[in-house]
Amino acid sequence: MAEKKLMKGNEALAEGAVRAGCRFFAGYPITPQNEIPEYMSWRLPQAGGAFVQSESEVSAINMVYGAAATGVRCMTSSSSPGMSLKQEGISYAAGADLPIFIGNVMRGGPGLGNIAGAQGDYWQATRGGGHGDYRSFVMAPNGVSEMANFPHKCYEVAFKYRIPSMVLADGIIGQMMEPVEFTNPEIDPKTLVEPDWALGTNKDRAKRIVKSYDLREGYLEVMVNERVKRYKQIEASETMYEEKMMDDAEIAIVAYGTSARVSVAAMKLAREKGLKVGLFRPITLWPFPKARLVELSKRIKKFLVVEMSLGQMVEDVQLSLNGRSEVHLHAKPGASVMTADEVYKTMDAIVKKGAKEYAAVK
Amino acid sequence: MQLLNKRPESLLDVKMHYCPGCGHGIVHRLVAEVMDELGIRERTIGVAPVGCAVFADTYFNCDMIQGPHGRGPAEATGIKRAKPGTIVFSYQGDGDLASIGMAEIVHAAIRSENITVIFINNAIYGMTGGQMAPTTLIGQKATTCVEGRTAKQAGYPIKMCEMLATIDGATYLERTTVHNAAGVIKAKNAIKKAFQNQIDGKGFSMVEVLSMCPTNWGTRLDNPSEATKYVAEGMMPVFPLGVYKDACAADKK
Amino acid sequence: MYQGIRISGFGGQGVISAGVLLAQAGMMEGKEVSFFPSYGAEMRGGTANCSVVVASDEVSTPIVSTPDTAIVLNEPSLVKFEPTVRPGGLLIVNSSLVNSKPTRTDIKVLYVPCNQVAGELGNGKVMNMVALGAFAAATGAISVDAIARALPKVYKKLKPEVIELNVKALRRGAEFKLN
Repeated sequence: MAEKKLMKGNEALAEGAVRAGCRFFAGYPITPQNEIPEYMSWRLPQAGGAFVQSESEVSAINMVYGAAATGVRCMTSSSSPGMSLKQEGISYAAGADLPIFIGNVMRGGPGLGNIAGAQGDYWQATRGGGHGDYRSFVMAPNGVSEMANFPHKCYEVAFKYRIPSMVLADGIIGQMMEPVEFTNPEIDPKTLVEPDWALGTNKDRAKRIVKSYDLREGYLEVMVNERVKRYKQIEASETMYEEKMMDDAEIAIVAYGTSARVSVAAMKLAREKGLKVGLFRPITLWPFPKARLVELSKRIKKFLVVEMSLGQMVEDVQLSLNGRSEVHLHAKPGASVMTADEVYKTMDAIVKKGAKEYAAVK
Repeated sequence: MQLLNKRPESLLDVKMHYCPGCGHGIVHRLVAEVMDELGIRERTIGVAPVGCAVFADTYFNCDMIQGPHGRGPAEATGIKRAKPGTIVFSYQGDGDLASIGMAEIVHAAIRSENITVIFINNAIYGMTGGQMAPTTLIGQKATTCVEGRTAKQAGYPIKMCEMLATIDGATYLERTTVHNAAGVIKAKNAIKKAFQNQIDGKGFSMVEVLSMCPTNWGTRLDNPSEATKYVAEGMMPVFPLGVYKDACAADKK
Repeated sequence: MYQGIRISGFGGQGVISAGVLLAQAGMMEGKEVSFFPSYGAEMRGGTANCSVVVASDEVSTPIVSTPDTAIVLNEPSLVKFEPTVRPGGLLIVNSSLVNSKPTRTDIKVLYVPCNQVAGELGNGKVMNMVALGAFAAATGAISVDAIARALPKVYKKLKPEVIELNVKALRRGAEFKLN
């Protein structure tokens, strides 16, 4: 076992990407993710890769669009306002079936908001964010170790199914330090098989085109439907979640990222006071672990969604459960972090006073 | 019998969608001839724009990518940095390069990105149906300035070569035309030099090509020969031909 | 075992590096740790703070809102963090710079003249180590030796004699005891 190293979340994400074979990065400074481009600026040249500080997030995502078209494992990163700018390129990458990888470290919004950690970009990340019918593979780490180890999975899924992939973190996970162990084998890009769509040298083959359009009547429908098949495969095989103390739980918290960490503390508090609480943590936000929630709803009749946003993921929980169980919400928008005590009080009220008073979901 | 002129290998034998009298087809051929002559077709990757040349990806016989409007220089940057052994060109129109993609082209020049840019300036938005372009002349009519562009309402046409010439990172900038035979020959030489610079690792090169748009220049100019006159008499006084910058990136240091 | 710590002071007092050092030391002692800095728009000379958790179990939230120990190195930090300390918790006050006295009676207070001690050692910069030494001795959450061992891991470029000076400062800090 390798020695554990104390690392910042952002740096762990960058190092994790390099170890997963990333050899091209383009990005633009924005707090709270600046350590990612800073780290890549020296780390990638060391690994034989290339780093570009672009003139804007728009340009960065398009540099990645170009680099990805050559089959190279590449990355860009940003935070909320910058992610809005990247949506154009993400949509094109989805439309051109390019496996790009994005580090998204959310901060307060809308607008310039603030620089503290937040979860207000759940909809943007999981609904596509850009124009058109498409999906991105989205993983939500709950700490520095997952920051370090998720890029590996993101590249794997992105290349296997040819879709954009994203690690959706927040400023707290990006800025915090924790002991890290890189658990995946390090990937030497030279050992990877060049994809059969990659642009490069067309000496002994027909020319290749990377594009997101088809103006011929009916063809775009065929193109999108082919993609939908891959989305279904991803839903069936790549969904990930974690459960804590769910075996005897009567109420389940559903939370991801930093909210999930606070929820662990809230759960322990609740258990001490005799409430049978468990935690369900979606690790992939798309695909969302719908099927497992439905299964759980057979015996758990109360779900509490805890999120640092006005109530975004709660809609996925409601869609999944479709009325099978009560769905409650503890929302903390505006880049604030809920305390374990606040979450505990909400749970206590739900259990003791009945659902009506705390049916925060309208 | 001797074959004097044939289709370049770098250009595919497909029917182009360009209107009669349009300059794009000519410039496509020039780029393809240059690729043939320099022997780079097999390692060239072209970036197609959004605009009339969007289908360029299907015309050139090399690997091609088509992406967002104006971002060609950024895409080209990503490709070139990821695969330094390739030859990368971005083919862009005036709306693409000088309006929505202004930041991308300027910063590619600032970084002296080792790429080749072909910039078609026909002073109009063609694909969308004749709206005012950043290079539309004062007084020139367009569907978004039906009485003709006025400086008061829409400012002045942007002169890209002149502007980029102020940037230390720009290696080679030349404005050419394809409205007459002499212009076509000069344009080809410029394009060849712009590719040769990239092969030699000299940094950012851009060739601006003044071109005709009989379809969208209005009824007075809708016949191709009138349109060529407009290039000479209308555009060239505002956009003078010539070399605006010719510096070896290595010498600049 | 769980110890949530908040360290706060002027930018330049070594608040952030003290926090990283505690986390590194905790990790090297086999404990679960986390470190979270305040970040971003603070101006130079403004107040910086960080949260550190050292625990035997998995750390849930890295933001310490009710610290078991708050280390306040300047006056504004006392105002900000005294009210947040868990009842029965510990407040370490840098008495060289903080003139006001804490008003709470439900917490323990340890006064350490960090700047003065560092000055006596010949380098004012090690004042944060004096505070950490006092923290280690007063709480037992982490040992002075562990912090000393963590020093070269966090500060890879420091010369041995500077490390030595930091260790001295830690040990001097550890001499301050709660009444």
